[in-house]
Amino acid sequence: MASLFSKKNREVLLTPLGLNNPVTVQVLGICSALAVTAQLEPAIVMGLSVTVITAFSNVVISLLRNTIPNRIRIIVQLVVVAALVTIVSEILKAFAYDVSVQLSVYVGLIITNCILMGRLEAFAMQNGPWESCLDGIGNGLGYAKILIIVAFFRELLGSGSLLGIRIIPEAAYEAGYLNNGLMLMPPMALIIVACIIWYQRAKHPELQESSN
Amino acid sequence: MEYLSLFVKSIFVDNMIFAYFLGMCSYLAVSKNVKTALGLGVAVTFVLVVTLPVNYLLENYVLKADALVEGVDLSFLSFILFIAIIAGITQLVEMVVERFSPSLYASLGIFLPLIAVNCAIMGASLFMQQRQFINIGEATTYALGSGIGWALAIVGLAAIREKMAYSDVPAPLKGLGITFITVGLMAMAFMCFSGLKI
Repeated sequence: MASLFSKKNREVLLTPLGLNNPVTVQVLGICSALAVTAQLEPAIVMGLSVTVITAFSNVVISLLRNTIPNRIRIIVQLVVVAALVTIVSEILKAFAYDVSVQLSVYVGLIITNCILMGRLEAFAMQNGPWESCLDGIGNGLGYAKILIIVAFFRELLGSGSLLGIRIIPEAAYEAGYLNNGLMLMPPMALIIVACIIWYQRAKHPELQESSN
Repeated sequence: MEYLSLFVKSIFVDNMIFAYFLGMCSYLAVSKNVKTALGLGVAVTFVLVVTLPVNYLLENYVLKADALVEGVDLSFLSFILFIAIIAGITQLVEMVVERFSPSLYASLGIFLPLIAVNCAIMGASLFMQQRQFINIGEATTYALGSGIGWALAIVGLAAIREKMAYSDVPAPLKGLGITFITVGLMAMAFMCFSGLKI
């Protein structure tokens, strides 16, 4: 067991949550991160779906890595990912229909989520199945973390609720408090992600870029 | 008239970038100068216009319930088939461009294979499936409009970023952070097109 969670493997699992976050540092998978975050519930479901798919596709590709011809590897990767996404999408339709309607095309778009392709190319093609699985889970959770932070602020400030439960008390509305409707619009997702990046880079100056 | 309305709507109101955030990864990565941005924009538009009608035919004559064989619904296969078509056509476009216009190939070279995993292409196919366009003309118009909208967005951002190279941005916001804020402000500007009717 000790070797399964050796120092290197722990690093593989944990750095994507912070210093090597797929969304804010590697700049992968932005599309869906912004689009599904108007409410908390779809964001959590999306985060979990991506984690599961990244982990499994990393394992499958890592097992196949020595047999895939280099020239057609992208198509092989896409087919593996598309098969997994189809399974997840059917499961969501069967057990969480409302959320799957809310997520609409973005479930299918997990196929073209750059996190998947990025991790497959950068990690699973060179490493064994167990490390790849950890890398997939780590990156999936790093992605889920950003989604949940963005969705938390957007739902709290935009609709005054969390997971559909009202948080801002009625009295506040009577005293003149208003929900910020702009929070539910697409532009604010971008600006909240920008603030997260700002915060992270202010804390870790080594991540800062030198030019605009 | 409906075509014109659909065309304008898919450029401005349902803009791929500002309303649905599709194709963000390459949008952020390749928007550092106007020339390459324009090249990528044209390539994306082209691939969209080629793949969407093909996927439309596939959807309506093969995948839909009862379309191919009575009583068989193949729509669960749509993700795999759509992405296979997109990847295949991208490869084909790459080979054709390489054969007939080496200079264009040289300037687009690196971006062409990446278009296969551009969410805007896959997204347009999935939206086509969701909106149930009535004929192939509508699907093609939608593809052209979305592509032009995407190209417009990336050229606009690239132009702003070129100018921004001279401004004094706080260090933690440099690069990615300020780009996100710029896109956010551009998206806000595009919100004023919502409700546009022709």
